[in-house]
Amino acid sequence: MSFPLLTATAVLPAVGAVATAAVPAARRTAAKWLALAVSLGTFALAVAILVRFDPGGARYQLTESHSWIAAFGVRYELGVDGIAVALIGLTALLVPFVMLAGWHDADPLETGSRRWRPTQGFFALILALEAMVIISFEATDVFLFYIFFEAMLIPLYFLIGGFGDRAHEHGEKAASTQRSYAAVKFLLYNLVGGLIMLAAVIGLYVVAGSFSLTEIAQARANGSLHMATGVERWLFLGFFFAFAVKAPLWPLHTWLPNAMQESTAPVAVLITAVVDKVGTFAMLRFCLQLFPEASKWATPVILVLALISIIYGALLAVGQRDIKRLIAYASISHFGFIIMGIFAMTSQGQSGATLYMVNHGLSTAVLMLIAGFLISRRGSRLIADYGGVQKVAPVLAGTFLIGGLATLSLPGLAPFVSEFLVLVGTFTRYPAVGVVATFGIVLAALYTLVLYQRTMTGPVRKEVSAMPDLRVRELVVVAPLIVLLVFLGVYPKPVTDIVNPAVKQTMSDVHKTDPKPEMEAAK
Amino acid sequence: MNPVNYLYLAALLFTIGATGVLIRRNAIVVFMCIELMLNACNLALVAFSRMHGNLDGQIIAFFTMVVAAAEVVVGLAIIVSLFRSRHSASVDDASLMKL
Amino acid sequence: MENLIALLIAAPLLGAAVLLVGGRRLDAVGHWIGTALAAASFVIGLVLFADLLGRSADQRTLTQHLFSWIPVAGFQADATFRLDQLSMTFVLLITGVGSLIHLYSVGYMEHDERRRRFFGYLNLFLAAMLLLVLADNYLLLYFGWEGVGLASYLLIGFWQHKPAAATAAKKAFLVNRVGDMGLAIAVMLMFATFGTFAFGPVFSHVGDASEGRLTAIALMLLLAACGKSAQVPLQSWLGDAMEGPTPVSALIHAATMVTAGVYLIVRSAAVFNGAPGAQLVVTVVGAVTLLFGAIVGCAKDDIKKALAGSTMSQIGYMVLAAGLGPIGYVFAIMHLVTHGFFKAGLFLGAGSVMHGMNDEVDMRKYGGLRKYMPVTFITFGLGYLAIIGFPGLSGFFSKDRIIEAAFAKGGTEGWILGGAALLGAAITAFYMTRVMLMTFFGEKRWQPDENGTEPHPHESPGVMTIPMIVLAVGSVFGGAFFSIGDRFLHWLEPVTGHSEGNSPLSAWTVTAATMVCLVIGVAAAWAQYGRKPVPVVAPRGSLLTRAARRDLLQDDFNHVVLVRGGEHLTRSLVYLDHTLVDGVVNGTAASVGGLSGRMRRLQNGFARSYAVSMFGGAALLVAATLLMRAV
Repeated sequence: MSFPLLTATAVLPAVGAVATAAVPAARRTAAKWLALAVSLGTFALAVAILVRFDPGGARYQLTESHSWIAAFGVRYELGVDGIAVALIGLTALLVPFVMLAGWHDADPLETGSRRWRPTQGFFALILALEAMVIISFEATDVFLFYIFFEAMLIPLYFLIGGFGDRAHEHGEKAASTQRSYAAVKFLLYNLVGGLIMLAAVIGLYVVAGSFSLTEIAQARANGSLHMATGVERWLFLGFFFAFAVKAPLWPLHTWLPNAMQESTAPVAVLITAVVDKVGTFAMLRFCLQLFPEASKWATPVILVLALISIIYGALLAVGQRDIKRLIAYASISHFGFIIMGIFAMTSQGQSGATLYMVNHGLSTAVLMLIAGFLISRRGSRLIADYGGVQKVAPVLAGTFLIGGLATLSLPGLAPFVSEFLVLVGTFTRYPAVGVVATFGIVLAALYTLVLYQRTMTGPVRKEVSAMPDLRVRELVVVAPLIVLLVFLGVYPKPVTDIVNPAVKQTMSDVHKTDPKPEMEAAK
Repeated sequence: MNPVNYLYLAALLFTIGATGVLIRRNAIVVFMCIELMLNACNLALVAFSRMHGNLDGQIIAFFTMVVAAAEVVVGLAIIVSLFRSRHSASVDDASLMKL
Repeated sequence: MENLIALLIAAPLLGAAVLLVGGRRLDAVGHWIGTALAAASFVIGLVLFADLLGRSADQRTLTQHLFSWIPVAGFQADATFRLDQLSMTFVLLITGVGSLIHLYSVGYMEHDERRRRFFGYLNLFLAAMLLLVLADNYLLLYFGWEGVGLASYLLIGFWQHKPAAATAAKKAFLVNRVGDMGLAIAVMLMFATFGTFAFGPVFSHVGDASEGRLTAIALMLLLAACGKSAQVPLQSWLGDAMEGPTPVSALIHAATMVTAGVYLIVRSAAVFNGAPGAQLVVTVVGAVTLLFGAIVGCAKDDIKKALAGSTMSQIGYMVLAAGLGPIGYVFAIMHLVTHGFFKAGLFLGAGSVMHGMNDEVDMRKYGGLRKYMPVTFITFGLGYLAIIGFPGLSGFFSKDRIIEAAFAKGGTEGWILGGAALLGAAITAFYMTRVMLMTFFGEKRWQPDENGTEPHPHESPGVMTIPMIVLAVGSVFGGAFFSIGDRFLHWLEPVTGHSEGNSPLSAWTVTAATMVCLVIGVAAAWAQYGRKPVPVVAPRGSLLTRAARRDLLQDDFNHVVLVRGGEHLTRSLVYLDHTLVDGVVNGTAASVGGLSGRMRRLQNGFARSYAVSMFGGAALLVAATLLMRAV
């Protein structure tokens, strides 16, 4: 038996989490370095997955399979396709940067205090979250996936509620109240989604007699497993609801702005860039594969909801006064694009959606982390409290602008590639939807540039006049991400090569082919 | 004598005991009523044992007596300590079982 | 030779990267690095030009395939460059004028502490603009298209500490984005129609597509062109864009970037030829804009804004010509090139004036500057003569051909378009004469500012005047050089195609009519601004003048409909999101909470009440069991 690479990638951060939590309170810095080292090790393993993965090979590779709960046929089954590889890579890549960006976020409030502020806990929770996210990208057993899909709520709940943003206009007490409100709201939304999914998971077992994704998908494909139309639709809705909460899709989105606003910037990045991606990823992997007919049945409604997300999220972003909330609504708009791409059921749409997940992770990370640096300097999240920052901190302003330009999908930066693919993929099948979604790019320019203009340009405000520019640690966080954004914008082929075969498989799962160009169709 | 009469007696005793538990406030009386219910059960067990012609019911009755004895020990100790701290043996005074 | 094409773009791109990432240690030499790399690109362009000239006319298309950019199933976007006569023309214009303006900026931006960054942005612009004209497919063109938009944004807002500049930059980017949306939809339409968006396959399959599709594609391309080239209805950003440094206005907002729309239309000639309806719309847009811009140009007192109105109007001519189809494509590009010379020259002249006048832009506070700035006066004057179409200068040749072509369109449309073009020529003569008279003639009208410092007009340094002189030479001789023996026509014809329309008027009649218009325009301006002194404070003016000063109320319309409307929309949506969408969820949570509060009362802590429920439960169970037996 070969080395269980997938298990190792998930177990390493889990073990690291325990080890980090066990470091004595006084050795705070050691704990941080340990956590960073573990996350880098995880990244190395993710790179190893990338290297071992053969895009032209079998659909699921590096598979592992062990019996787990034999009574219910639950197996410990792992395997990755191109889409999962890309997302595992994104997760493992972002975590070290997130840790570095949040290096001081969980430090004790007063210097020299021996009071136990859970610095270790912060880093341990991030590692635990990473482990759970990675294993949900790897799981090919529906029950195994469900367990970790739900379990990741636990570390995230504590990360939001316990380590939230301490900047609040009405002081620490108000911040603490809002923080727990946001954490509870996040938990409740996702628990409800998860509960409904659990019912659907059990229902699936009753119908199919197995939890194995590959087995069920195969049985569905060769006709040995027949699902009544009504049953399939209900099961689909059960799964989709949970993923739509996590993704989040309008109108299930309201937890995201609160959660992102109240958590520290690194945690906010983890929420949108990594955890939410599990939702969209699961739509591609579970909804489309397990319930192809129901997916097609629901497509019109989902496309409309996605379209509403795109426009609505962008419009709300324009109306925000709070920097982090603005970025949250922008993300909702972007998730609309991803879901639209998935359900357009074209190669371009789905490849674009997968790329979008990766690229959105990178661009949000840049924008949000720099916003976090900015907020920590001034101690306010309100846009109106800033002005003229580019004069005093040009590097900060410049990198912020690049993050913003990535958010508005400027060609040359990675998000453009994915956004255009999603638009083209949607347009070829649903021209009207594609055209309306294109309005999203104008609105994206509006909220990004308004944000930049109000915070960075104009006369220097007194409160920001002493603001230091980016420090070395912060530059180390931002610069590689920007380089990656540019690289993947100019040369996305390495990623598309990995993703394309998987998308081709998914397309054949739902029995769809790309629409023919009008010219060829006429012949 | 018809063994069914023993069952009637057991039911009567049980009802007396249950009513006592519900309407009396004094902890000692409540306690005695519980004992009454237990013994009603014992009586029913023994009667059934006789009716069915095997000894299982009688053996369980012995077990019940042992449990009742143990319960008396613990229960009385609680009542005494409650009485010491509150100077009352009323069960309604000890309504602390909610948050 | 093909392999040099990528170098054209690489040189300025390298400059941008080095200057923007390099940091402060490059402050001392940054501007020379930028200028050198722009010039290097120009030299490479010349080498390629010489190579093209050495080939026969049908061999003059070079392509260079770099790598596969976005490959997804049928969607194949390649990083491939195409150099043909059309893109060569643009490459020379962009790098040539670009290098001159880099040189000029060395002097103009001398006292700006962020000069290095300015040159970085200028180089970035050159790279993006070259990518735009060298791209071999529409998606790569879109890359360059948005790239120049970014450079324009950065440069308009270069003085970010001025709120007006930051706002103008944002506005330019947003309005352009609306146009970009058109280009994006056009690319999607092409992909849905042809299964590709590379120039070659699209143009060769145009015949297979329905006219409806072609019209849709063409109209979307026109929307894009309107955004980038400041044509009605997306013209509002250009005037505000004058907040940027003057070299930027000269390079981006006069000579090169704003003409990208014309390039797009001419490049897509095959598509437009198949969509006559869309062509008609193009000509209407061009005609309306050329009058609109000219009228706005008449009323502005800000020298740069007057020139911006003029730019709009001149691009209107080009768009009009491009809309005429094969009769006009070549002349659209020819006017574009000559306009690149004289308008860049005029802007540089305006910059030189401002440089000498403490950055004053109000022409009412100039006057009599010809004595103080002789070189500026002469070069500006030559540019002026070129733009109004003085016989023999470059504007005369290029504009005259467009007016002829407009008449040659034939029918009523021909008369209307030709008439509009003639009227435009008269107004052009009027407003340019006005600029000339107010700036260089009459008495001096400047006064000390509030600090008591009086401007001391002086001639600019050589590094600024040399580019102006070179451009003036181009403005004088360019037109004649292109027109003698129809050189330009023969050069471009293989790409764009050409046909002579059947004009109802002879060429000489049109030329004579143009001359009459010119004389009327100049005379009217002389009567108003030459004969009598110019008031320092602008008179109230007629209704039209007042409207023209406010860009014919375009901004007021935008403000009321888009800005106000948008604000209301977003505000009400934010409110709804909070009350309705979130409210439903919070309401559910509250009702669950209320239910649990009621349930909690059952747990009252009395042992006897618990006992009751236990007995009740037991009784229920017994009853249920008995009932089940009975059934």
